[in-house]
Amino acid sequence: MFPSTFDYFAPKTVEETIGLLQRFGYDGKILAGGQSLLPMMKLRVAMPAALIDINHVDDLHGWKEEDGYLRIGALTRHADLEKESALIERYPLLSKTAEWIADPQVRNRGTICGSLVHADPGSDWGAAMIAMRAEVEVVGPSGVKRVPIDEFFVDTFTTSLDMDEIASAVLLPAPVGKVGARYMKLERKAGDFAIIGVAANVIKAYDGTILDAGFGLCACGDIPLRAEQAEQYLIGRQLDDETIEQASRLAQQSARPATDLRGTAEYKLDLLRVFIKRALQEIAAELK
Amino acid sequence: MRITVTVNGREYESEVEPRTLLVYYLREHLELKGAHVGCDTTNCGACTVLLNGKPVKSCTVLAVQANGQQVMTVEGLEQDGVLHPVQQSFWEEHGLQCGYCTPGMLMSAYSLLEKKQDLTEEEIRKGISGNICRCTGYVNIVKAIQSAGRQMAEKKQLEQNQSEVIGSGN
Ligand SMILES: Cc1cc2nc3c(=O)[nH]c(=O)nc-3n(C[C@H](O)[C@H](O)[C@@H](O)COP(=O)(O)OP(=O)(O)OC[C@H]3O[C@@H](n4cnc5c(N)ncnc54)[C@H](O)[C@@H]3O)c2cc1C
Ligand code: FES
Ligand code: FES
Repeated sequence: MFPSTFDYFAPKTVEETIGLLQRFGYDGKILAGGQSLLPMMKLRVAMPAALIDINHVDDLHGWKEEDGYLRIGALTRHADLEKESALIERYPLLSKTAEWIADPQVRNRGTICGSLVHADPGSDWGAAMIAMRAEVEVVGPSGVKRVPIDEFFVDTFTTSLDMDEIASAVLLPAPVGKVGARYMKLERKAGDFAIIGVAANVIKAYDGTILDAGFGLCACGDIPLRAEQAEQYLIGRQLDDETIEQASRLAQQSARPATDLRGTAEYKLDLLRVFIKRALQEIAAELK
Repeated sequence: MRITVTVNGREYESEVEPRTLLVYYLREHLELKGAHVGCDTTNCGACTVLLNGKPVKSCTVLAVQANGQQVMTVEGLEQDGVLHPVQQSFWEEHGLQCGYCTPGMLMSAYSLLEKKQDLTEEEIRKGISGNICRCTGYVNIVKAIQSAGRQMAEKKQLEQNQSEVIGSGN
């Protein structure tokens, strides 16, 4: 099916983009990879009067490392990070998550920022960005600000972005220490959204203790969630059979999965425990 | 809106409505009926074409987004009446029944094989995970892609040998 009619704009700068957002208000929508927005428009779930295609804004392309952060521009596609060897050692969770998003064609178009702004509780990037303690760089009429990922997600399909703001990049703090990460996901069929997904990002000090543990949970509530108790518990401890078992149980306390066609809440909670346990076991072996 | 798109090496200029999807632009404006529409949900991959060398689902790209870009469709595979190895292999290995998914499958397979010819079964299955076939299952499709990879590798080797022979003659 065809989307309903709209006016199309292809601004060249962020300022121009914001100007268009101010002009159209809620009737204007940013088009990045279009892999969530266009399917919704084809089904007429979304009918924006104006599409503001940001693909021609040069400043939003590419990623780079700068003063303590990895800056991933708004137009970085899932596929751009899938096999990026320069990032594998320090940010292993990026490629481990990217390969789980949809399928190769969707990964070639869809962007990471688009996925975050779409704010689907089943967003794999949402969980991964929580685990990496990301911040979203937001530009609006009054300038640039950084929003911690936990404050960015407000509700299902709702972020803290104002109608005239754009997510220009996602920023990851550069880790100090050895990093191990896993993305674990169960899906009904290849390329599907998660029945449940778990992102684990562990940073180990050189004395073997955990400097930081980040756990993001996907499809476990209204928004991507943080398993905070499990994180707090692990910091300063060693990864051994006992702490891994304990952390995997504590992670269950942060999750509120719903019983639906994909499975019962009990089943999903148990899956979550098993995933965290497996992820930590694999990370422990890798970081030994 | 006026757009210029290079499709299979040839430049086309057309007037399109912004809501025109790339797949309809190819099928209805350019009369290239290779890319199929099999779903409304970006799931089936029957509409797969290459946009600037990368496979995309052309039902989920606007034609205006292809303005100034390069598109390759299944019609671009065959050259001077000779089937591309990937087409030849789908035929030889019976990698299709009704053929509805085939144009998309061929484009995904082509893109995989351009990068690497000796693919494992797992790499192939992951590579075509965005293409659904309702008829055959994937066994013969995987076989066809492996066979095409062998043919492409042999051809490459042959070309290399020839250039070495020519080189040593100087
Ligand atoms: C078949 C299929 C399978 C999928 N499977 C998965 C999956 O397994 N896991 C998963 O997590 N996702 C999955 N998705 C969802 C999709 O891949 C993501 O949501 C993502 O790619 C969207 O990014 P985009 O750039 O395409 O965003 P768009 O579709 O272009 O935009 C999405 C929304 O975000 C807004 N927006 C985009 N960029 C910005 C920006 N920089 N600033 C402000 N607003 C912005 C748009 O206005 C729109 O409201 C799937 C999608 C499809 C079609
Ligand atoms: S028609 Fe494009 S994915 Fe099905
Ligand atoms: S051959 Fe019929 S859908 Fe694949």
